[in-house]
Amino acid sequence: MPLETAIDNIEQLKDRPALAQLLAWRPEVVQAAKWDRSELTIWLNRGALCEALAVLRDDPATQFAFLCDVTAVDWYPAEPRFEVVYHVLSMKLKQRVRIKVKLSGADASIDSVTPMWPGANPFEREVFDLFGIRFTGHPYLRRIMMPADWEGHPLRKDYPVEGYR
Amino acid sequence: MGTVGQYVATLEPGEDRTMILNMGPQHPSTHGVLRLVLEIDGETIVRIMPDIGFLHTGIEKTTEAKFYQQVVPLTDRIDYLCPLTNNLAYCLAVEKLLGLEIPKRAVWMRVMLNELSRISSHLVWLGTHAMDIGAMTVFLYCMREREDILRIFEMVSGQRMMTSYFRIGGLAMEAPLDLFERVKHFADRFPERINEYENLLTANPIWMDRTKGVGKLSAEDAIALGATGPTARGSGVDWDLRRDMPYSGYENFSFKVPLGKNGDVYDRYLCRVEELRESIGMVQQALQGMPEGPIKADAPKVVLPDREKMKTQMESLIYHFKIVTEGFTVPAGEVYQGVESPRGEMGYFVVSDGTAKPYRVHMRSPSLANLSTLSVMCEGGLIADVVAAVGSIDIILGDVDR
Repeated sequence: MPLETAIDNIEQLKDRPALAQLLAWRPEVVQAAKWDRSELTIWLNRGALCEALAVLRDDPATQFAFLCDVTAVDWYPAEPRFEVVYHVLSMKLKQRVRIKVKLSGADASIDSVTPMWPGANPFEREVFDLFGIRFTGHPYLRRIMMPADWEGHPLRKDYPVEGYR
Repeated sequence: MGTVGQYVATLEPGEDRTMILNMGPQHPSTHGVLRLVLEIDGETIVRIMPDIGFLHTGIEKTTEAKFYQQVVPLTDRIDYLCPLTNNLAYCLAVEKLLGLEIPKRAVWMRVMLNELSRISSHLVWLGTHAMDIGAMTVFLYCMREREDILRIFEMVSGQRMMTSYFRIGGLAMEAPLDLFERVKHFADRFPERINEYENLLTANPIWMDRTKGVGKLSAEDAIALGATGPTARGSGVDWDLRRDMPYSGYENFSFKVPLGKNGDVYDRYLCRVEELRESIGMVQQALQGMPEGPIKADAPKVVLPDREKMKTQMESLIYHFKIVTEGFTVPAGEVYQGVESPRGEMGYFVVSDGTAKPYRVHMRSPSLANLSTLSVMCEGGLIADVVAAVGSIDIILGDVDR
């Protein structure tokens, strides 16, 4: 099963349901898209995230109504440093789509999706705790894994795996 | 949104008439490391807030300093009641990154052991859940059958719990000759055992009083809160990754997905008991159709060679040396692989930067999301029912904290 070449041309991917829906809604919010290893990734503008996820969730034709996961990747020392990653699932289409938003290290904050999906509450707290990314509008943005007085955010790449900081 | 709209996860002080009661982290019904902060008005729960993090092991951070193959034993420790499921999810994710196809025998062995793992996990759940509610005998019965499964795991891997038996590219080693007889012996007897558990519980008036109508969760709330597995299926959410997004050869097996109607503790119990029957059916199907052939992919730069080859072929010795000392590189990219663990969707998000160590491994653990449903289940109910509700979620704290 050799790897197929990834497709990152939006024109070639516009028939994928999730991307088609977003392009039909507001094409300017889609920064990029990629089809790799049978998985679709869409990069969105930070400001449009919640509205875009609501479009994906609420359209009766696709219903990406299940938020599997929220996490992040730290590309330190590159900028924009962080990618916040949302995995949403459509039980109707039996498809997943990965939504990503890039954030700079100096301004690592993004709107919380907890008002849309209460299940995002612990996931976003975890990302806040371990990466230091702030979620605006989260009802209880406190550390969840580490003690309240812990310094630093352990999943950042400039945080050592062992030894002293 | 119904009850979900009222879901407010805060610890701010409530009205004067309420008080805060801490349950755990050592309360027996929380099975170890979970603290539940209850705001109560008399015996009525006003708010409930799980406080987690007591077990946090930093596994996601640790993976970034390991070779890809060294991560497999770490995955055992996440959900220590079904280590094979975690092995499978991680191995499938890395195999997808590599574009690696594994032999059919390994695929079927993986399914067989995975379903045994589900049975073993459900048995621990059933035994401890029944014990939380006051039924001791079921616990002893369940441990008896679980012991049989742990012996099977010991036969194939040398370990009872932290098996690390699956490998990127297949299995660690061929199963011993008498394994299938042992599994068959177990599979033939087990359906009777399930009837024994049901005889003790299903129509038992005390059991029904403690579980029916308790800890209710609607299907809409389950989806909004990200619940999966029997926690969601007990509420009628008709979703099972093995059937709906098949992986690792599950499309070759026939099974039903049991669903509940009322979303209460009793329905979640019935769902898991039926899952025991379906899983043992799949084990029997795997035994009947088990293909012959290799158990490792033909990928010498990724899969360790057999011991015999190492002794006779210089290339095999070199590959072995290089894999162990330098690891193997994985093409840059990222994948998400979800599997149906006994608790729900266990997903691995693996990012590769093209080196021999993963750039990022994130585990989407079902217990963390399922635990969010506790507020909806318990608020407005009684303290005594919290124990039943927590038990019905079947949380594993290693899976919550990672």
